[in-house]
Amino acid sequence: MNMSNPMIESTEIPEINYESVKRKQRIRTFAKGMLFLLPSLLLFGVFLFYPLFKTLYLSFFLTNARGETTVFVGLQNYLGMFASPIFHQSMKSTFLFVLYTVPTTIIIALFLAVLANEKLKGIGFFRTIFTSTMGISVAAASVFWLYLFHPSIGFINGILEMIGMESIGWLTDPKWALIAVAVTTIWMNLGFTFLVLLGGLQSIDSYLYESADIDGASYFYKLRRITIPMLSPTLFFVITVTIINAFQTFGQIDILTQGGPQNTTNLIVYSIYREAFTNYQFGTASAQAIVLFVIILIMTIIQFKLGERKVHYQ
Amino acid sequence: MTMPISKKILFYFLLSISALVVFAPALLAFVMSFMDNKDIMTGSLPQSLSFDNYIKAFEQFPLLKYLLNSFIVAIAITIGQLILSSLAAYAFVFLEFKGRDLLFFLFIATMMVPFEASIIPNFHIIRDLGWIDQYPGLTVPFFATAFGTFLLRQNFKQIPKELREASQIAGMGDFKFYLKVVLPVAKTSLVTLGAYGFLTSWNMYLWPLLSTTNDTVRTVQIGLKQLQTQEQLNDWGVIMSGAIIVIIPTMILLFLGQKQLQKGLTEGAIK
Amino acid sequence: MGYIELMDISKSYNKQSDVLNGIDLQIEKGEFFVLVGPSGSGKSTLLRMIAGLEDISGGTLKINGNIVNHLPPKDRNLSMVFQNYALYPHLTVEQNILFGLNAKKIDKATQKKRLLETAEMMGLSDLLKRKPRELSGGQRQRVALARAVVSDAPLCLMDEPLSNLDAKLRANMRIEIRRLQKKLGLTMIYVTHDQVEAMTMGDRIMVLNDGIIQQVGEPIALYNKPSNLFVATFIGSPKMNLGKAKLKESNLVIEDVFTIPFNHEQILAKFQNRQLVVGIRAEHIPHGAEKDGVQTVEIVNVEQLGNETLISFEVGSKLWTAKWLGQWLVGVGDRVPVQISVENMCFFDEDTGNLIQAATSSLKREVVAI
Repeated sequence: MNMSNPMIESTEIPEINYESVKRKQRIRTFAKGMLFLLPSLLLFGVFLFYPLFKTLYLSFFLTNARGETTVFVGLQNYLGMFASPIFHQSMKSTFLFVLYTVPTTIIIALFLAVLANEKLKGIGFFRTIFTSTMGISVAAASVFWLYLFHPSIGFINGILEMIGMESIGWLTDPKWALIAVAVTTIWMNLGFTFLVLLGGLQSIDSYLYESADIDGASYFYKLRRITIPMLSPTLFFVITVTIINAFQTFGQIDILTQGGPQNTTNLIVYSIYREAFTNYQFGTASAQAIVLFVIILIMTIIQFKLGERKVHYQ
Repeated sequence: MTMPISKKILFYFLLSISALVVFAPALLAFVMSFMDNKDIMTGSLPQSLSFDNYIKAFEQFPLLKYLLNSFIVAIAITIGQLILSSLAAYAFVFLEFKGRDLLFFLFIATMMVPFEASIIPNFHIIRDLGWIDQYPGLTVPFFATAFGTFLLRQNFKQIPKELREASQIAGMGDFKFYLKVVLPVAKTSLVTLGAYGFLTSWNMYLWPLLSTTNDTVRTVQIGLKQLQTQEQLNDWGVIMSGAIIVIIPTMILLFLGQKQLQKGLTEGAIK
Repeated sequence: MGYIELMDISKSYNKQSDVLNGIDLQIEKGEFFVLVGPSGSGKSTLLRMIAGLEDISGGTLKINGNIVNHLPPKDRNLSMVFQNYALYPHLTVEQNILFGLNAKKIDKATQKKRLLETAEMMGLSDLLKRKPRELSGGQRQRVALARAVVSDAPLCLMDEPLSNLDAKLRANMRIEIRRLQKKLGLTMIYVTHDQVEAMTMGDRIMVLNDGIIQQVGEPIALYNKPSNLFVATFIGSPKMNLGKAKLKESNLVIEDVFTIPFNHEQILAKFQNRQLVVGIRAEHIPHGAEKDGVQTVEIVNVEQLGNETLISFEVGSKLWTAKWLGQWLVGVGDRVPVQISVENMCFFDEDTGNLIQAATSSLKREVVAI
């Protein structure tokens, strides 16, 4: 009896143990995974998800200057916002601004990237120049263009006068201000867009071009039939990023126009900023922020849906 | 493949024109920063070039302090991003646990929330934490980055799984493997993300504008805006010298890391 | 009781179809055991389960008498060599070899001693300061081996370690690994898809297909007495010639082409009323002398290998190959006599694919060998 008992135990006990050990291991790997993700999750929670819900919450209230909720007003902030001509102007300017900047930035950057993708002597120099605006901050770029658009001593008006045209109040004329801001933005975003597109071009397999050369394809035929289709994932990415960036424009406005003249450059983020931190209307500002969030959400979803169908992935 | 000479000339012509147009604003600013104010106002060619504007800018403004602040903020954000996103990317690549895919989706979702849309409560959080005019207020909210996590995840995925398995057999734990193998092997992509992180943090505008009220932690971008508002009508040379100083660190970084950035951004973006 | 015991081991992903099923196996201490099978047969999965890199879905795994199902790899006291070598690219050869010892916190003096011994043994002494990318494929392979050797683990697992090497190097490394294993007295479990590797290296071989054990045995036994059609065609090159056959009166008719007399003592009751498949190795189809069972065939292909000649001919719908020693000056279209003897044939059941009777000639040869 005494002899056989330990024998039975030695085969039975490990059997039971190893199931529970397995479960413990699963819990341990889960804990480990969470531990690795914890810092990111925590910060996303505190500085992204919580503020997003808080914004939604605030948008249903009136607040005091410290941002504490005072009166629940339901959808009043939204209704007031949609009825406000200033907000209409802001939305109109924002969409116009996106329309001005996105296609232009991408076309110019693509043109530069195609040029700079040729294997020529000294091409590195040109690539560096084209990339350079990526290293220039909003503040510095805005200051550069503030001078260029300066009504009396500015470089652009100087040229206009030289060729006998009338000078333009770029930043003070409601007709031109948004365009001026758009030009600044296009210039600023050129570096980044160029760099990404160039990377996309360079990752296209050179065999494709070589086989097209053997077939005697022309430069533009290759551009249309190889370059653009093979570049489509990159283009897709660049378009998404540029659109989202355009909706988030702030610094240029703050330095160049402060939203003026006549609110023509009061783009949505600037509008939120002014409403919240100049007028202390955190409720209505939050309502606008929610609109911004929804717009970007919709944009992203549309991009993905369209992208899935149109984009040519290898 | 060689190009006919006529085509070469055409390309060089187009490249030069484009380069001139793209670089003109920065070039003009650079020249102006050495020009005397009278020449700028009259629009004449520079009669003399000097460092006077730079000296003035440093004398009249705490530019050095701003620069230092910017360095501290940008480096802190860069390091924070590298640590957090490499940890997260490690979990997504090397650890298998329940709910991982859901969390990954959550990371993707963060890309759809623009920081600007949640800036009001964020401002209140920082204020309630007493982080206004503090370095943490300028840096901590930007430590977690989905883009960085994706970029590193893409890179970590190229590390053969067998390396992890070999180290498991050798008895090395996950954290040690992350530290001793993954980080050194993925060094170049860490450098890329670091450069990108530094560039974007150095150039931040809206958040430092909100979360600084005095010179103690104010960054150079906001300093430049102040320089510009105070000097607007009179001294363009000083403003431009300020702007040039602001862009020098990022320009150097960009020139050194252009190839790396290009590769990193394309990889992180597309796949 | 074996050193390693697998009892009814199975593996399934997501509780669905089994990748491995009912694996029962014992491996002795000091044995060179080869797992061989086509890709997707589950051989690597099985190895990784033994290593602890994959969960075991069902069954019991014992190493050295202890159940280890639940133990992480590091507690199983084994070493492993991977197909891509898994060398750490940022570490030198020396650091790579010492990686495991470092992780196990073995003192520096012992590390140094073992490093020097191992490097000496593997011929790596001059390469210790190099990085993996500065090494040739063969040298990398040696570093990977050195890492296994230095760990002093009694059990070594290898997952297709030679498949990234070119043919010549592979032949050398086969011998080297084999010698190393004998010298150190390691128990080796070696996974390969290459039957030549399996035959030349293994003390015993397990043939795996679709997650099921086909046969376990010594190389010669697998070659001579394949337990089913899968093993028959998988082991040996050129592969065993197969043909459908049936008994007609006292003749064996193969593919309705060959009719071979079948004398009485050979007619066994178990052959009656069965669909048969006969298998005959290429080297057992010699040039026909004037004896029973000579058939004349038309050559459709000739391969001159120098020391031997491979001759292919059609048998009904099948293509058979004969291997003749020496150089034969024959051409495509020639008609040559070949000898096909019943005593060299393996008989399989067509329905189950299982062996009914192995070639009687091989049984005799075994007797001779003893």
